[in-house]
Amino acid sequence: MINLEEVIETNKMIDKENFDVRTITMGISLLDCIDSDLKELNRKIKDKITTCAKDLVKVGNAISSEYGVPIVNKRISVTPIALIGGAACKTPEDFVTIARTLDECAAITGVNFIGGYSALVSKGMTAADRLLIESIPKALSSTELVCSSINLGSTKQGINMDAVRLMGTIIRQTAEMTGDRDGLGCAKLVVFCNAPDDNPFMAGAFHGVTEPDVIINVGVSGPGVVKSALEECRESDFETLCETIKKTAFKITRVGQLVAREASGKLGVPFGIVDLSLAPTPAIGDSVADILEEIGIEKAGAPGTTAALALLNDQVKKGGVMASSYVGGLSGAFIPVSEDQGMIEAAECGALTLEKLEAMTCVCSVGLDMIAIPGDTSAATISGIIADEMALGMVNQKTTAVRLIPAIGKKVGDQVEFGGLLGHAPVMPVNGFSCERLISRRGRIPAPVHSFKN
Amino acid sequence: MQKSIITVVGKDTVGIIARVCTYLSENGINILDISQTITGGYFNMMMVADLSGSDQRFADIRRDLEALGEEIGVQIHIQLEEIFEKMHRI
Repeated sequence: MINLEEVIETNKMIDKENFDVRTITMGISLLDCIDSDLKELNRKIKDKITTCAKDLVKVGNAISSEYGVPIVNKRISVTPIALIGGAACKTPEDFVTIARTLDECAAITGVNFIGGYSALVSKGMTAADRLLIESIPKALSSTELVCSSINLGSTKQGINMDAVRLMGTIIRQTAEMTGDRDGLGCAKLVVFCNAPDDNPFMAGAFHGVTEPDVIINVGVSGPGVVKSALEECRESDFETLCETIKKTAFKITRVGQLVAREASGKLGVPFGIVDLSLAPTPAIGDSVADILEEIGIEKAGAPGTTAALALLNDQVKKGGVMASSYVGGLSGAFIPVSEDQGMIEAAECGALTLEKLEAMTCVCSVGLDMIAIPGDTSAATISGIIADEMALGMVNQKTTAVRLIPAIGKKVGDQVEFGGLLGHAPVMPVNGFSCERLISRRGRIPAPVHSFKN
Repeated sequence: MQKSIITVVGKDTVGIIARVCTYLSENGINILDISQTITGGYFNMMMVADLSGSDQRFADIRRDLEALGEEIGVQIHIQLEEIFEKMHRI
């Protein structure tokens, strides 16, 4: 029988330490919607999404009420739209109509975000991939809830540098077209190397082609819970530290697993994975940087930060895999700047730099995330930053990502403000030396030698 | 059996358990176990209850208990037991 201490511990996690299920994400395949007639395609997409996800929000809220655990977001991910729109779309504007349909579906079903305005171009771009990418600035500036992701490289295929070059320009254009909202469009746009097919977190969620027709993936979070548990072992050795993180990760993931199973049962949709990611929010006490500081560094970015993050990320995974047989997605620690109060403070006081963040992405689950850069940063420099991050992912056989926000009209030290879960961020300095000649080369970077495993 | 955990947290005062139990009995909810502690004047109680004999919906019971808590000046939560089982038992 459960005892009072255990009940108090669980409820303290929820009430005081910001423990939540971050998202129930329903993945929906749109492959059966493909049509060469654009109007018909949009109609089929709308029918399928609004039918499959009609009860998603209601069920999410009911589970939240029954177990007393907040389920912050309900989301939808769909098959990469470049694959779905290829037969019907002849211009970028055609693709934008699909983005608007997705936005409408999100509003009808009441979800917080819809992801999958995506293209997978690690080796090359089809005509449709290119049109979709070209449509991104318009699509993201004329919709509210649509998220876009582009996979630019993989360990098996190398890095598509033509697409990397193009994305530098697209990110700038998106920032310019949403400049009145501090470049909010770029907060909904991420590029990947080794993008997972089953990630429930935005902006990178899409429903991979290897997935079933409809599936439920759940993302759990709880940096505050880990931080609070670590307060008890300030003077302890590494073994105790690791044990504490693992046990906490286990407990958090078990709740994710429970919610995923319940949602799957109630919706009659198969359960896919639980993604255990320490995903911070701007709320006080919900910060990954605070955990790093609790482990023993003065400010995120100080020497030792990468080691602390490596330890954290690994223990989170180890605790998580014991708690669920189907751990997937990104699972690890997220280090977005604008969404983490501790990271924001570290960036503001100069402890955290773009270069240190890049090093940190080698050992955590994602990449350079939600970083505001000066508005005059060139497209080539953005592409250079992307290429570096893609190379880290490709060589280290891991997912890496870049979500940069060029703050149009702003310079280092100014602030950008997105509000809500997306938070606010100081504009961070970018190395001013050029990579123009590298980025202007055509073609792709070949896959590394250790990809030849057959 | 639909086992739920009811928790009551707040400043200790006369009749908290009585008020909660009255509501539960009026609504056909059977109490299987009660434990409580008082630390620093704060009252912490948990009840294991079986909801299967009640014709009220879970959401309504939850709403009523929260309202009752407000009336007494304590926080009352009701949650399905499974969340605690999953978190604390392998």
